[in-house]
Amino acid sequence: MLKLSLNRVGDLFAKIAEAQALYLPVEKAGQVDYDKWTADAKVSMDHLNTAKSAKDLFFPQVERMVDFKMEGKNIEIKPHALSDEKFVLFGVRACDMKSMEVLDKVFLAEPVDSFYAARRMNGTVVTMACSEPEESCFCNVFGVDAAEPAGDVVTWKVDGELYWKALTEKGEALTEQIKALMEDGDEAKVEESKAAVREIMGKLPLANLNLAPFQPEKLNEMFNSPKWAKLSEACLGCGTCTFVCPTCQCYDIRDYDTGHGIQRFRCWDSCMYSDFTMMAHGTNRPDQMQRFRQRFMHKLIYFPSNNDGMYSCVGCGRCVSKCPISMNIAKVIKALGEDKDE
Amino acid sequence: MQRVAEMMLERAKALLADGTVNRVVGWEMGEFFYDLTPAVFTADGLDKFVYNGFSGANLSKYMIKECAKDGKALVFLKPCDTYSFNQLINEHRVDREKVYIIGVECRGMIDIRKIRDMGIKGVTAIREEGEELIIDTIYGEKKCARKDALLEKCLCCKGQEFVVYDELLTTGEAFTVGGNNRFAKVAELEAMTPGERFAFWRNELSKCIRCNACRNVCPACSCLQCVFDNPKSGIASKANADDFEENMFHIIRAFHVAGRCTDCGECSRVCPQGIPLHLLNRKFIKDVNEFYGEFQAGADNTTKYPLTNFTKEDVEPSIVTNRGGEN
Ligand code: SF4
Ligand code: SF4
Ligand code: SF4
Ligand code: SF4
Repeated sequence: MLKLSLNRVGDLFAKIAEAQALYLPVEKAGQVDYDKWTADAKVSMDHLNTAKSAKDLFFPQVERMVDFKMEGKNIEIKPHALSDEKFVLFGVRACDMKSMEVLDKVFLAEPVDSFYAARRMNGTVVTMACSEPEESCFCNVFGVDAAEPAGDVVTWKVDGELYWKALTEKGEALTEQIKALMEDGDEAKVEESKAAVREIMGKLPLANLNLAPFQPEKLNEMFNSPKWAKLSEACLGCGTCTFVCPTCQCYDIRDYDTGHGIQRFRCWDSCMYSDFTMMAHGTNRPDQMQRFRQRFMHKLIYFPSNNDGMYSCVGCGRCVSKCPISMNIAKVIKALGEDKDE
Repeated sequence: MQRVAEMMLERAKALLADGTVNRVVGWEMGEFFYDLTPAVFTADGLDKFVYNGFSGANLSKYMIKECAKDGKALVFLKPCDTYSFNQLINEHRVDREKVYIIGVECRGMIDIRKIRDMGIKGVTAIREEGEELIIDTIYGEKKCARKDALLEKCLCCKGQEFVVYDELLTTGEAFTVGGNNRFAKVAELEAMTPGERFAFWRNELSKCIRCNACRNVCPACSCLQCVFDNPKSGIASKANADDFEENMFHIIRAFHVAGRCTDCGECSRVCPQGIPLHLLNRKFIKDVNEFYGEFQAGADNTTKYPLTNFTKEDVEPSIVTNRGGEN
């Protein structure tokens, strides 16, 4: 294990940025999101969850796919080159790291999504253990350990120092680059801080959400629960929850008509929207109750049914803190879970 | 506020019992005290009904949906919410006959984000003690002044007048909320050079994720289907494809609600990216006031609003070039 004084992280970032692009939590107009590092970026080392998640770096909100150019009777097809930017993503929390496992299941399964795969291959992820979890965090419910994130490199902030440990080959390679800045760190210090964080995690108000009732065989029962009507009653259908969610993965493919050609792009879609999965015959989710139900059924029943029990929520708490009407997956788990006890 | 909440619950039960209404639109208790959800109650769900410093959500727009249902609904509206409701009457979006309105005293609503911005983490409970908030967190008890945590809309409170109601629940005690000049920041922006102003808005609007929370919560945005959602409109867009769209979505929306926006503040309250959308709307309100005379949308429900009411005294379109500055 290596370490470096937190006063010198600026040097670390500069060093990393010498060899590849560096993305990390940056404050802009009062909001912290992942952005490219520059010498004068306002890097936020303490912010827990960025407003948007780390998925943006692999699955951006908008992505050009292919252009079509029309000339007379000829159509020229110009696919967009896959991203070849080598980058380091720094400061990813344990929940967001877990979300990449979820996204990998979707995008790296056959047929592989080449846009996503390219970014995944070119990116090295440096995670950071949490030290002050929020009341909205419940990653532990999904088997995530906030004190010990996965990633290519994992870091801890303890007593003014940044502790650094490579976990993969990519991580080793990055460590080689920055090693000169680092000194040897004491593992015991990190262990102490991990224990402290785990203790807090156990005491969080949402730490005991019960997932037991959310099993594939409960599909029909959950689907038909009368509780959805009440839960979705005030939902604005805004899609905020899906856009800030690190595991929401749906996208729409659209054509932009430039007048002399077509730019085909994909952009995030939301099951909360009225035209989501619109087909020639119309939509199969005509009202908000059905759209709302889709989001949570997908995360808690459909996705695990198709992916060896892996839920597609990682308990990051973004939908808990961002939904304009304060309706969220924690409330859904509680409300539907109660059915079991009745 | 506690007293008002008790009176509200009592009145809700009585009006349900005597058949005046068959449901109640209010706020439902959440997990952490601050995360209330708008909800429709019947008699047996009222144990979860709350009214406290986090009842910031304006319930007026929900009444569009409620008016399509059978029977009369009771809704609780804060003073500023009544302007939105009035405006909805003016636009024929709600049926006044199907709504029983109780106006409720409000001493300013709290913004949990401001509490977080003070560096207070892990909030599990909040108690209001007079002018102070006692905040329980995972990391111990914290305190802050209530006025430092008020929502922007409350800092510029329109006052305690209710513009539409069937009955009122107030304590009769004297108090003041707000008092800030709502156009101060707008004037500051106006004083900037166009270049500086552009930089300010780019910085803010580049955060937008086009979740549409601002639009969907807005009582003035009551179109059945927004052009931006309609695949047949040719301009449907689910994402800001470039910075032009990022800017234009908000400017178009601000134009569309100009003269109808009551300055209810909901758009800024709900934006997950903390974009100060109220500044755009207030710029329009300020201009409307200057060009057409003082006007408050929703103040009554019969007056035609300035931008849908042509008069010979209206400003000429050339005002745009006269006022446009050099870059
Ligand atoms: S659950 Fe909340 S964030 Fe999601 S669409 Fe509904 S109102 Fe918006
Ligand atoms: S559903 Fe909510 S808590 Fe779960 S991963 Fe998505 S945003 Fe986070
Ligand atoms: S609520 Fe905020 S982020 Fe969402 S569309 Fe409106 S301005 Fe953009
Ligand atoms: S634009 Fe914003 S302030 Fe104006 S009515 Fe709509 S939500 Fe309220």
